[in-house]
Amino acid sequence: MKYALKKFAAMLVTILCISFLVYLAFDLIPGDAALAALGTDVEPERLAALREEMGLNRPFLERYFDWLTSFLRGNFGTSYKYKLPVADMIVSKLPVTVIMALISFAMMTAVSLPVGIYTAKHSGGRIDRVITVVNQVMMSVPHFFMGILITYVFGMVLKLFTPGGFVSYKVDFWGFLSYILFPCVAIALPKIAMSVKLLRGSCIGEAKKDYVRTAYSKGNNTNKVLYGHVLKNAMIPVITLWGMTLADMLVGSIVIEQVFNIPGIGRILLTSISYRDYPVVEAIIVLIAFVVVATNFCVDLIYGMIDPRINVGAES
Amino acid sequence: MLLEVKDLNIEFHDHDVPERVVHDVSFSLDEGEILGIVGESGSGKSMTAMAIAGLLKRHDVEKKGTIFFEGAELLHASRAQLRKIQGNDIGIIFQEPMTSLNPVKRIGWQVEESLKIHRPDMSRGERKRRAIAALSDVELPNPEQVYAKYPHELSGGMRQRVMIASAMICEPKLLIADEPTTALDVTIQLQIVKLLQRLNREKKMAVLFISHDLSLVKRLCDRIVVMQNGDLVEQGSAQEIFERPREQYTKELIDAIPRLEKLG
Amino acid sequence: MSLGKWIGKKYPVNVIIGMVITGVMLLLIVMSFFYTPYDITKMDSASKLAAPSLCHLMGCDNFGRDIFSRVLKGMQNTFVIALLTVIIGTTGGVLIGAFTGFFGGWLDEVLMRIIDVVFAFPSILLALVFVSIFGTGRYNVVAALGVAFIPSFARIVRGEFIKYREMDYVKSARLAGVGRPRIIFVHILPNTFPVLTSSVMIGFNNAVLAEAGMSYLGIGVQPPDASLGSMLSESQTYLFSAPWYAVFPGLMIILLVLGFSLLADGIKANA
Repeated sequence: MKYALKKFAAMLVTILCISFLVYLAFDLIPGDAALAALGTDVEPERLAALREEMGLNRPFLERYFDWLTSFLRGNFGTSYKYKLPVADMIVSKLPVTVIMALISFAMMTAVSLPVGIYTAKHSGGRIDRVITVVNQVMMSVPHFFMGILITYVFGMVLKLFTPGGFVSYKVDFWGFLSYILFPCVAIALPKIAMSVKLLRGSCIGEAKKDYVRTAYSKGNNTNKVLYGHVLKNAMIPVITLWGMTLADMLVGSIVIEQVFNIPGIGRILLTSISYRDYPVVEAIIVLIAFVVVATNFCVDLIYGMIDPRINVGAES
Repeated sequence: MLLEVKDLNIEFHDHDVPERVVHDVSFSLDEGEILGIVGESGSGKSMTAMAIAGLLKRHDVEKKGTIFFEGAELLHASRAQLRKIQGNDIGIIFQEPMTSLNPVKRIGWQVEESLKIHRPDMSRGERKRRAIAALSDVELPNPEQVYAKYPHELSGGMRQRVMIASAMICEPKLLIADEPTTALDVTIQLQIVKLLQRLNREKKMAVLFISHDLSLVKRLCDRIVVMQNGDLVEQGSAQEIFERPREQYTKELIDAIPRLEKLG
Repeated sequence: MSLGKWIGKKYPVNVIIGMVITGVMLLLIVMSFFYTPYDITKMDSASKLAAPSLCHLMGCDNFGRDIFSRVLKGMQNTFVIALLTVIIGTTGGVLIGAFTGFFGGWLDEVLMRIIDVVFAFPSILLALVFVSIFGTGRYNVVAALGVAFIPSFARIVRGEFIKYREMDYVKSARLAGVGRPRIIFVHILPNTFPVLTSSVMIGFNNAVLAEAGMSYLGIGVQPPDASLGSMLSESQTYLFSAPWYAVFPGLMIILLVLGFSLLADGIKANA
């Protein structure tokens, strides 16, 4: 419990740090909301007046806390380019990206767990060797190229889906799922390869340890040793990888959205970057960072549940 | 006779040249007896113990001879047959108490494990009662608390006691102790040896005690087998070996015991 | 004894394959500095989206530019960017990691908190922030990725330094009056190389993939200069009619990464 509280506190501090750093970074860029509202060829007096009115002349820290509190209340500011509340622009797109990341994550765990265990159990066998080679190649494929290959093979040659097609989850949820299925495969495949490799190696490493011999000496059969003893230990590094992967997948889906022409957060982020629409960029980045930090917190909790040695507080 | 090892040969084939680690070793062990196997590292004593416990790796090992335990042959028995005996009739403890326990499982779970395998009908409560009894049998203070702990919360000596408790939970007829004290402090070593002695007396459980430490073997064992480079050098009662060693190697081993201990 | 048998004894097959792939890739990259079959910006309207042939080994793109030449130049760009990224990341990481790991204390606490925060950020995202502030282009990508890679190296080096700091040989060197910089750089740093080498290679691969991803998104190397990522992005429009346009740049990224990761596995196994 103490461990969970400690980690929770660390999460809050991290969130504070990230939001501060991001706000600071965007504050240092020349140009602000007043300039964006009036354009560059405006008389300095009007600009100064608007700045005063918008509170842009206040001290940095005051503005930061103002921004942070309204951010936490769901007010992410106003887009320079579209003059719309950023929250309205993001809210309908965020679920697309998040659902894609979650489905990819589910695919990864569902596939890599059995395959990793199988290859560890039959290591050195023919199937293991084939999977090891496939894995090695798969890890080297950038997910967006995987997406292009999938588009070509499954979309254009086999015609299993319409490349570039999309339907919003609000209109037709199952249709939406069928459109993001292949993009999710593209995100998941390289991660599946990584996690199979890690799980396999981890299981094989654990199986050489002394406690496994103890387990056999009690009359356990191979399956009981594997599932009752080895797996829980072997999962510890895999959980760490999975935690980092979820963040990667979130960002990965931003890239994959471009490949499959899916209107998610990634599209807005990229267009906002090219238009220098800073409030939007800022909001998306802080939001993603929040999700990432929250994920890390969950991973830490799971870690604490699996590995009793962590709870004592013996860090690093 | 509880255990009879006859013409045991073990050869490793994992390198280009086969390596013979145990060569024509024969000895026997009666019920309730304590037999010591002494030798330096590489003498084949641990491999002999592993063969009896059925823990030799299946690949790359060639084994010849016979091991009879209560009339049943172990060396060439199937895995399924071995599993019925392992943890039930034969318990084993190892050299490294720090790593021989599973780090992510509670002590109680690990002590009870053999009961779960070999007495599947036993109720949870009964299992727990027995595990706590076993923990107090190995002289661990506060066995109820130890039951709920994890291995990293215990010292090396305590972990070795836990190992003994979990090896004895099914009341085996034979306990194999493979260098059980080597990784421990000297004072703890003596405690463990005395504990084994007491358990042997009270439970009528035979002990196969494997060690490179002659002084401990002398303290504990009724009979002694001396091994060197995979060969059995000599065997006899503890008294015979210490007072009238026949072989030069045995004499050297005895001479190597620090003087103070020999006096004591 | 044949050559193959001699190599096979010394290195496992996967490492040999890694060496061969990496060797060929490096040769092509070196070659690209001096020679490409065609000018990478030369357009030839007659051979728009031409299929691979003896004249154009990998075919031509939508402007009729030779894909093989552009792939060579793209590999060169990717390689240089990844290399610079790793150099920045390693140097920064080693300095921070060595310093915090060796001295510990409150500075270590503060720096590691910051490192943790940056580490929690996916590197591409950090690079996106960087690019949105400083603009696109290859040097911004290098700076962005370099900074994004510092935390992972710093963590590794710090861990190693904490391990070695407490070792007896370091303590005795201190007692013998060896200066701190000398202990850090001469007594401890070389011991971290085995661990560092394989992470540098993995880091290089991540840099290649990140660079490709960024130029795919259009925020890396800018046209008309060639990059593997932007070629993949352009190729998508013509995927159905000219699949080779996508296949070859993608294949080169895979080979570059695959060769290095096979080598890294070999080094890790030997470390």
